[in-house]
Amino acid sequence: MKFLSFLFTSSIGRKLVMGATGLFLVSFLLVHCGINACVFVNDGGETFNAAADFMSENFFIRVAEIGLFLGLLWHVFQGLYLWLTNSKKRKAKYDKASGNENSKWYSRSMGLLGTLILIFLVLHLKHFWVVSRFTDHITSGDETLFQEMIEVFENPWVVLIYVLGCISLAYHLLHGFWSAFHTLGIDHKTYTPIIKSIGTAFSIVIPLIFALMPIAMHLGWIS
Amino acid sequence: MEKVLNINLKVWRQANPEVAGRFEEYKVETSPDSSFLEMFDVLNEQLINSGQEPVAFDHDCREGICGMCSMVINGRPHGPKKAVTTCQLHMRSFNDGDTVVVEPWRADAFPVIKDLTVNRSSFDKIIASGGYISVNTGNAVDANSMLIPKDDADTAFEAATCIGCGACVSACKNASAMLFVGAKVTQLATLPQGKAEREKRVVAMVNAMDAEGFGACSNTGACAAECPKGIPLSVIATLNKEYTKAKMKGF
Ligand code: HEM
Ligand code: SF4
Ligand code: FES
Repeated sequence: MKFLSFLFTSSIGRKLVMGATGLFLVSFLLVHCGINACVFVNDGGETFNAAADFMSENFFIRVAEIGLFLGLLWHVFQGLYLWLTNSKKRKAKYDKASGNENSKWYSRSMGLLGTLILIFLVLHLKHFWVVSRFTDHITSGDETLFQEMIEVFENPWVVLIYVLGCISLAYHLLHGFWSAFHTLGIDHKTYTPIIKSIGTAFSIVIPLIFALMPIAMHLGWIS
Repeated sequence: MEKVLNINLKVWRQANPEVAGRFEEYKVETSPDSSFLEMFDVLNEQLINSGQEPVAFDHDCREGICGMCSMVINGRPHGPKKAVTTCQLHMRSFNDGDTVVVEPWRADAFPVIKDLTVNRSSFDKIIASGGYISVNTGNAVDANSMLIPKDDADTAFEAATCIGCGACVSACKNASAMLFVGAKVTQLATLPQGKAEREKRVVAMVNAMDAEGFGACSNTGACAAECPKGIPLSVIATLNKEYTKAKMKGF
């Protein structure tokens, strides 16, 4: 396994980890979004609760959940490390910076956007994951996960933070989706433009669906 | 009557690597037809005539091929024009009365020597670590004895136009040298003469790049946008691929 040490020690190795874990997180978002979109069926949460039950009872999903946390942690720590070390490579700053002339602001702000996502994630996990996994609030049958969502999103501040979290995610992915493929060494005359288009669509549609849930529940469109 | 431009310059002055630098302001009268470096020649003549120290700046060919003319002009390496070196930039790209800020390449791996000149020997060390073919390949062989697909020849040639100026590093928020190293690795790994040593080469060059204090790549694309030779960002994907493959083979 020693030959894999470059994933921790070299600049390209560290970036490979970001790309691979990033795409892994992207695949998770797709599943997560699909399950949650069941709330839009607007049947009092019946479809959604059934899907959520399936996810929490399925053995393979529970194993994948451990992988997900490890992947997220690796992405976060490696990301913060890269952000910190990269920012130290130019101690004398430019007097006049014209970054917007040559690159997009969000491609230069992945560390900041990631940190905003992380802050949102802590709150989000506290709201739903901790409640459904470490209390008997849901399992005892007191309340369904759907009812829990309705309750949490009564608070307008929570809705605001969720929407801001989704916007951060959208910009993170607007650069990250394509960037991950490039990091993994994929650049192709035909495929790269397709990857970029799928990336842009993904970065807009998925966060939009996520953001619509708290908004719709808060405004009583779904009940 | 010939047109003249009055330019207000704000130039970085730093006596040596040890002392702190500062900006000095100068006024220069220049023809729109003069190049940016010729405008600096005029400035330096003024400074010498008035008993002051001329501005130190690097230049050699003045025709866009040596890569020496490192200046960050209004926050853009090699100035506002696309695919142009500082020496090939003309004053007609500016307006009468403009204030122009001129700074050196800024990166810890490129320490300032004096004023606008920086030490780019970190690039030399990357090349010395393996950016060449280690045996003498002899005279040019008959074109038909070693068949190279046109696409490969074009890719290698495009990468080979890198002049090693360092604008990519100076533009990157991480001061990363990936475009430069990617260009060299792509050029050599795409041609049959360079393929034999491709794994050893890419690992050695990336090790040297990291050791010299350049940052990692975030794929922002600033490097390729500012490169005077239009080296495409795709060379970085090639570098990532070459490096990963070599590592997987145990190099
Ligand atoms: C669901 C959540 C997330 C997803 C789907 C995601 C996805 C991605 C993707 C696809 C990339 C591109 C990788 C590359 O350029 O090779 C990326 C880069 C990055 N991510 Fe995330 N990410 C998430 C959360 C986070 C969090 C919580 C942080 C940290 C606090 C973070 C920090 C970063 C950083 C710093 C980079 C850029 C690394 C660089 O280019 O230097 N991400 N992310
Ligand atoms: S890649 Fe472009 S910007 Fe970088 S050193 Fe080569 S010519 Fe200069
Ligand atoms: S002086 Fe040689 S490239 Fe500008």
